[in-house]
Amino acid sequence: MARKLKLRIWRGDSTSGGLKDVTVDVNEGEVVLDVIHRVQAEQMGDLAVRWNCKAGKCGSCSMEINGKPRLACMTQCASFDEDETITITPLRAFPVIKDLVTDVSFNYKKAMEIPAFEPPVGMKPGEPRMEQIDVERSQEFRKCIECFLCQNTCHVIRDHEENKKSFAGPRFFIRIAELDMHPLDILRNRKKTAQEEHGLGLCNITKCCTEVCPEHIRITDNAIIPMKERVVDQKYDPVRWLGSKIRKREGIL
Amino acid sequence: MANGVFSSSRAQISEKTLRTDKWWLQPLITFSVLVSFIIYATFRAFENGNYFVEPLISPFYSPCLSTECVQGASLLGTPFGIIHIFGMTLSPALIILIFPLGFRMTCYYYRKAYYRAFWFSPPACAVAEPKEKYTGETRFPLLFQNAHRWFFYAGLVFNVLLTVDAILAFRNPEKQWGHLSVGTLVLLANATFLWLYSLSCHTCRHTVGGRLRNFSKHPLRYKAWTLVSVLNHKHQNFAWISLFGVAFADFYVRQVATGAFTNFYFF
Repeated sequence: MARKLKLRIWRGDSTSGGLKDVTVDVNEGEVVLDVIHRVQAEQMGDLAVRWNCKAGKCGSCSMEINGKPRLACMTQCASFDEDETITITPLRAFPVIKDLVTDVSFNYKKAMEIPAFEPPVGMKPGEPRMEQIDVERSQEFRKCIECFLCQNTCHVIRDHEENKKSFAGPRFFIRIAELDMHPLDILRNRKKTAQEEHGLGLCNITKCCTEVCPEHIRITDNAIIPMKERVVDQKYDPVRWLGSKIRKREGIL
Repeated sequence: MANGVFSSSRAQISEKTLRTDKWWLQPLITFSVLVSFIIYATFRAFENGNYFVEPLISPFYSPCLSTECVQGASLLGTPFGIIHIFGMTLSPALIILIFPLGFRMTCYYYRKAYYRAFWFSPPACAVAEPKEKYTGETRFPLLFQNAHRWFFYAGLVFNVLLTVDAILAFRNPEKQWGHLSVGTLVLLANATFLWLYSLSCHTCRHTVGGRLRNFSKHPLRYKAWTLVSVLNHKHQNFAWISLFGVAFADFYVRQVATGAFTNFYFF
């Protein structure tokens, strides 16, 4: 049975904007993206919203619902009180284009700055073999759907625009970790560049990225902190540093 | 100039956050508990008394390394003489507390807790922080957080010593073995919680196997990493339980030493 749902939706562009009140029907089992589509169909024909799969797997409908970064297609309307007004805004860490759509190209630029997987010289396609226990760690990171909720909630760039130059963000720390933990990747300077070029030291591990991840990737515990520890191995641990000089290799592999 | 969520290119919203839940509750609780602990620990560290009553010693004062220590409290001898600073006698606790304190201060979990609760950096997720500038852990003094592993190693030594203290508590006041008191259980629980806190530490996880690229080539270390990973999921819980544990163990020993409590012996 349909009931009425009160929404406040941010409308505007990069020059101006504000929250607009709207009341819309909501049926049992519907998610926030459903009611946004109903608003678009019935009341605000020009409402801009980015969406695609409606199944929590494409990462397109990232927005902020009652101030929390979430996927609209995975947020049940039933999770709110009946008399509650739900506030929906675009992601607040990125430049707004129109209404609920933001310009997330920052993330694509950062993705291009990370060197790709580099296999051993001479290894031909189809040759690599890995054991399951070596694959498992990076498989967790491959679940990422690039919704950029972690990037959006990370205060390093959300609250400090100037850090965008020097900070890759949690989504790309899991990419770096995935490659640095890969048994066949031969690029050995990923720790150094993570710290010096991608701003790993700016992260103060407040775990917001982990809290908002819709894929429940343990970004901080399994990627960022292990990378910080690997950086400590190289830069702040004199015993390990000395060992690596004597043994002429990066560390225990 | 407007920065962060108020930058000109972002959606123009005047509120620092639109969260409607009690996002402030968690940092408030963290702040209150940590401040309470700091006040209690400071008082006890400077009290310089009521920390030993045969066979119990407070974890704040173990190992007791100063000639200032009361008789029977020094398990490892007294390499330090009586130290005076500004006319005050330095409590033996102050000689050693830097190690457990440093371990907790640089702990990855506590960093999250106090960055949020004390520095509002950020106070909660998607809640704008008040500071204009942010350099994270790239500069002194926060660069020092990278010393966590050294405090972890020191912490292991302390865990061994506090475990020995717990074992020594299986004696009666006449130093005869084979007795069990409430104090024994308190010190034993304290040592257990501290071991769980240390073994679940992210640095421990990295050291036992996390730094490897090839788990399949190191099956024993992989097994150890797997076990520590299970504990690591609960690191936050162990951090709090062990903090309460150490404070309670000290409180109990103090109450017994002052005569407020009688250390009940089961046998």
